[in-house]
Amino acid sequence: MYRNLTIRQKQIVWAWAFLAIPVLFYTVIRFYPTGNAILISFQNWNLLGDRTWAGMENYQKLWNDPVFWKVFKNTFIYLLLGTPISLVLSFVIAYHLDKLRFMHGFLRMLYFLPFMTSAVAMAWVWRWFYQDVPIGLFNNILAGFGIPQIAFLQSTTNALPAVLAPAVWAGLGFQVIIFMAGLRAIPTSYYEAAKIDGVGWFTVLTQITIPLLRPTIVFIVVFSSIGFLRIFDHVFNMTTNNPGGPLNATKPLVLMIYDTAFNGFDMGYAAAQTVVLFTILLIVSLIQLRLLRST
Amino acid sequence: MSDIAPSADTLLMAKPAPRSRNMGQILRWLILFIGGIAMIMPIAYMISTSLKWPHEVYNVNLIPEEPTIENYTYVLEDGRFYWWFVNSIIIATVTTICNLLFDSLVGYTLCKFRFPGRTIVFIAILCTLMIPTEMLVIPWYLMSQSFGWLDSYWGIMFPGLMTAFGTFLMKQFFESVPDDFIEAARIDGLNELQIWWTVAMPLVKPALAALAIFVFLGNWTAFLWPLIVTNSVDMYTIPVGLSGFGDEADVAWELIMTGAAISTIPTLVVFLIFQRFIIRGVVMAGLKG
Repeated sequence: MYRNLTIRQKQIVWAWAFLAIPVLFYTVIRFYPTGNAILISFQNWNLLGDRTWAGMENYQKLWNDPVFWKVFKNTFIYLLLGTPISLVLSFVIAYHLDKLRFMHGFLRMLYFLPFMTSAVAMAWVWRWFYQDVPIGLFNNILAGFGIPQIAFLQSTTNALPAVLAPAVWAGLGFQVIIFMAGLRAIPTSYYEAAKIDGVGWFTVLTQITIPLLRPTIVFIVVFSSIGFLRIFDHVFNMTTNNPGGPLNATKPLVLMIYDTAFNGFDMGYAAAQTVVLFTILLIVSLIQLRLLRST
Repeated sequence: MSDIAPSADTLLMAKPAPRSRNMGQILRWLILFIGGIAMIMPIAYMISTSLKWPHEVYNVNLIPEEPTIENYTYVLEDGRFYWWFVNSIIIATVTTICNLLFDSLVGYTLCKFRFPGRTIVFIAILCTLMIPTEMLVIPWYLMSQSFGWLDSYWGIMFPGLMTAFGTFLMKQFFESVPDDFIEAARIDGLNELQIWWTVAMPLVKPALAALAIFVFLGNWTAFLWPLIVTNSVDMYTIPVGLSGFGDEADVAWELIMTGAAISTIPTLVVFLIFQRFIIRGVVMAGLKG
């Protein structure tokens, strides 16, 4: 029967044969669970009993939950601190590294190395750094200079930046590499023209380099924003004795979801939180598309 | 991403015109060098502490006075790390192979075939890029529970066997495979599966390597889903195991650092061997993905 088909018909058969398993996979492992998560968010369910219809109850509970608003705020602090800091740092490093030739590859390697580490392992290393005298490295160094010690992870004000630091550190190398590729993609003729006109380096930077880097900047901003909005590994591992603590000072949305679902077994409430996370990420992505289109 | 699309190779070559070595350049080099050393300090301290005796751990010296592998012997004799390591290797390897096969097959099909439903499949897979993993973990958990997948390799692996990111990366690279090659192979009597495997795949080897690095690293360091789906200590992956190990109150910091080093050193060694290649892969994936 196959032999009687035209070439075009054979192609259709082959295409669908190739796609059969993947289409099944995406339907069962991606789309069905998405629908299911939205459905569960409108139900009450503790895994053991029956699922009961809850309507908007979970969302109302979320709206009136002070912990949720604290977590919502934390999540955006991670985003609003982490994204600009890592963007500026990685741009400055890439901009200067791009101008160097001596041991260029070696320096690049130093900056990229943290990207290859595991977040869990590094969270524990940084957690050790942050301990009090006589354990933690940072406080031991401070003590060596006679500076009073700093409470990093125990303080409600310092804990969030302390947790954020290793997340920024680990992601920096990737952004530097992307920025350097973006810098190399700018045609040298622009710089030559600027040189002939006698334009200063600052004008070159703000009038040529940064405008032409815009697609790269948009990509990095979106990529790192999504990463900071979904922060979990670092927070969980640096605060395992009291996840998200002290007093929820470091708790991001994903940790709240994990807690509600797998410690509290309140599946409906947790599902509602995941829908909120999904909405936040969707809005951020849509803003990205708009920014990209306007270039 | 940009309208000018130079290859990853030209982007990574050092600039052609040599610059004069003035004081500014030397200063710039020094500052970047110090910054780079600072970047690797956490890794250096992790390894250094894993080689220290307990009495020396709280000393800020980077070089241990009497280096010892006692901590490694202790941690590995405990046995748990050995299993977690094996679990992580198996899971990351199988997932990577699966991604390489399926992502490239789907990418190839979407790139080179014209068939009814193509646009729908394309858009559907594109949409899954928008769905965060965190939203799916609860349904995945329920699914694993009802099918008995909890606490098994399959349970840890199934969500990541194919990725939309990998599919689009491969699709982008198959665009560069000339249609004439495929047409010629068809005339030679190869079937479509043979054409994909013997003609198209060898031409996108760099992209496959880049994808392999991303998928392997992603699965080696994955934490949230393995944490949820595993219950028994034997089934933990390295990150999940390390997290629990560190949390045991009586575990000393030098042993935690040893565990952290065991989970990090393999990826660092792979990186140091294939450095140029990996950075090129990251650039390719970043620009095209």
